[in-house]
Amino acid sequence: MMVTPKIQLIGTWTLIKKELIRFWRVAFQTVAAPVITGILYLVIFSHVLQDRLEVYEGVTYTSFLIPGLIMMSLLQNAFANSSSSLIQSKVMGNIVFILLSPLSYIQLFIAFIVGAIFRGLFVGLVIYLLALIYVDLPIEHPWMVFCFAIFGGGLLGAFGIIAGIWAERFDQMAAFGNFVIMPLSFLSGVFYSIHSLPLAWQNVSQLNPFFYMIDGFRFGFFGQSDVSPYISLAVVFLFFVALSFAAIQMLKSGYKLRN
Amino acid sequence: MKTAISYKNVKKFYGDLKAVNGITLNIKEGEFFGLLGPNGAGKSTLINMLAGLAKPSTGKISVMGYDVQNNYQEARHSVGIVPQELVFDPFFNVREMLRFQAGYFGKGKENDVWVDEVIERLDLTDKASTNMRKLSGGMKRRALIAQALVHKPPVIVLDEPTAGVDVELRQKLWEFIKDLNNDGHTIVLTTHYLEEAQELCNSVAMLRAGKVVAMDTTKNLLRKFATKNLKLKLNFKGEEKLPQKIDHIPHQIVEDAFIFQLKRITDITEITEALKESRVEIADIQTVDSDLEDVFLKLTNSNK
Repeated sequence: MMVTPKIQLIGTWTLIKKELIRFWRVAFQTVAAPVITGILYLVIFSHVLQDRLEVYEGVTYTSFLIPGLIMMSLLQNAFANSSSSLIQSKVMGNIVFILLSPLSYIQLFIAFIVGAIFRGLFVGLVIYLLALIYVDLPIEHPWMVFCFAIFGGGLLGAFGIIAGIWAERFDQMAAFGNFVIMPLSFLSGVFYSIHSLPLAWQNVSQLNPFFYMIDGFRFGFFGQSDVSPYISLAVVFLFFVALSFAAIQMLKSGYKLRN
Repeated sequence: MKTAISYKNVKKFYGDLKAVNGITLNIKEGEFFGLLGPNGAGKSTLINMLAGLAKPSTGKISVMGYDVQNNYQEARHSVGIVPQELVFDPFFNVREMLRFQAGYFGKGKENDVWVDEVIERLDLTDKASTNMRKLSGGMKRRALIAQALVHKPPVIVLDEPTAGVDVELRQKLWEFIKDLNNDGHTIVLTTHYLEEAQELCNSVAMLRAGKVVAMDTTKNLLRKFATKNLKLKLNFKGEEKLPQKIDHIPHQIVEDAFIFQLKRITDITEITEALKESRVEIADIQTVDSDLEDVFLKLTNSNK
């Protein structure tokens, strides 16, 4: 039996398709819920702060807020997709179906990452389209928006793989969300510019990789950012490579998957 | 005949536990092979290592000539495994699950005809569009078996496939598996129903504590280890005790009958005469051939 590139391609595409259908089957939970949360943040924060803050010159607070909310939702949902797929199939036992298959660790990685990026992009896009009802929000640097969305989604997708493999119970997975993803995304400058923080906190913020993803993504919309978008892109790319490497190693070694 | 599955001095340790302790085993192409042993004997560990779900501590395993670690993709293409646990993906229906599983093996739409045939042969047609969550235990078991067959593997491994399955399905399942075997597929089976193994398997390996204690064709094992037994129901006039003359003949009491293990046919005369002399009445008499279960119990219980 020769394993040809065509066989590999069909195998990878099948798992991608399964990952996409899986989240679409529960779209109420995986798409509608994060979109409503994002829109609620937008309505409440923009209502309270619209006339009080102007973070960038010529950019209203509502406009400033939207790219941050889009990116935050994109990142959280990319993480949720790969991590929940793995933990659910581990707990249910049906992970055995992909472990018995000839899919290589690289194929598994690609499928989970593509699924994660796609769900993140989809949720982000819906929030963006709904936000356009509120404000006019042109994109100044579409390629920057695209690169940050893809690498940011990929980074969190890879982190989701790591968490999904490591966690053995749903409460362990919830801890990842509540104690890592949520604080890092809330403290990344979604709702403010880090220049409004005291210097010490500005320095601390710069240790947070989520800050670079949000800041760079926002640059794509306004052409303004707290740090150079190229530095942000380099940081995001490096984190993406590092976490992808770790996730691939875990899949390759069969850590917590194969005895 | 070529070798379908080969284990070469395979060991698997979990800490101090020797789950598999030096097993060498060759299963030939086209065989219907039974892997028997009590719980904890190492059967599932052997299968898990073959499937790539566990890695051997030492030794080599190959399927259709492909090393399960170095050529794992080719090896997994060659084998379809029915896991023991009733696992399922709650997001999909039966047909979707089977098509996904076939897709992982690189099978596209051209394979849908075979998927539908498997569905039909396993009596799943009515349930093909039903979500896996809504299936009964027996139906889930059928779907699991179907999943192992969707890529038409030359080697099919069934780990306790009939556990919790009703008699009717068991019959249908074995008919289907026998057909696959007749078509040239190698079948490996673990089961607690030893009469199934005796009826279906042309060769068996019996495992105990991670080692093979016997391996041969089913016929040879029965010839080597099986005995003729004489089953008697007796009416004692006095004390319920066998005459001293025949007490030396190996026997056991099962329910209210005495089962004597016969070394030669003349033992029957010796037993009946001794009973007559002692005025013990024979209420019922039967000769019983021992089966694979007797061989299994003899081998797996000896030297405990």
